[in-house]
Amino acid sequence: MDDLTLVTRLLDGDEVAFRDLVTRYHRSLVRIARYYVVSESSAEDVVQETWLAVLRGLANFEHRSSFKTWLFSILVHRARSSGVRERRTVTLDFSNESTVAESRFDQRGVWCEPPVPFTDAVDSRLTNGPLAALVRECIAELPEPHQAVITLRDVEGLSTTEVASLLELSDANVRVILHRARARVRTAVEARWEVQPS
Amino acid sequence: MGGAAIVKLRPSPLVCRQAVELMSDYLDGALSGRDTRRLEKHLAVCESCRTYLEQLRLTISLSGSAGPDDLEPAALAELVDVFRKFRGGPDASSENDHA
Repeated sequence: MDDLTLVTRLLDGDEVAFRDLVTRYHRSLVRIARYYVVSESSAEDVVQETWLAVLRGLANFEHRSSFKTWLFSILVHRARSSGVRERRTVTLDFSNESTVAESRFDQRGVWCEPPVPFTDAVDSRLTNGPLAALVRECIAELPEPHQAVITLRDVEGLSTTEVASLLELSDANVRVILHRARARVRTAVEARWEVQPS
Repeated sequence: MGGAAIVKLRPSPLVCRQAVELMSDYLDGALSGRDTRRLEKHLAVCESCRTYLEQLRLTISLSGSAGPDDLEPAALAELVDVFRKFRGGPDASSENDHA
């Protein structure tokens, strides 16, 4: 069921619709909150405050943006305030380090240890199920800024500009973080996938 | 200084180490026309980099796939409680008429 239908039902006081929305967005909300606050439990508190704000504001939600973008903007606003109270400092690293280990290339910069395809059958649901689970697991292990950006962009499908606006970063910085995050997830999947049955 | 600017006529071909650093932007369509052409030229002749690109593409598409959420029952119950309290707030007497 799409967000719009659930939101309409929620406006009518449908608890099941509320449960569905909460379940759908919980992980992403916690991940993004963690970018701003010091602990998992602070993040859970921020998510709870966010849902209360959603319930209070839903009647006035004007659909100028998607529900998802509205939800994340409420979360980010609250998480940022909590982060300020907790005096959390976020360090973003934009150095030019390589995203693939130097040892994988020879002196000319050509692969000497090239990547092996994850699977010969990319359309196979049997293979992609475990692979998707592994991708999610690897995302959860990224540093918080990487998690926040990859969650908004690749998991939730917001545009680079929407992500930049939400997180108050430039488009270029979002792209740098995203590049790093995707490369790290690919590397982590590559390292673990080979030992799994396909 | 002026000479150095004029010499930039033909972009040098990419090697694999450089190509992998462009692929995330390439998949998002955020690469300049010049870099797109350089990367595509390289991909046309480099199977390993095509494999890397495919792995990256698959990783991105699987990131967005739905999976079992990690919302624990206790956390869900707490949130549902927030909902019930909110609903009960303005007209608690009608919803909990025996209380």
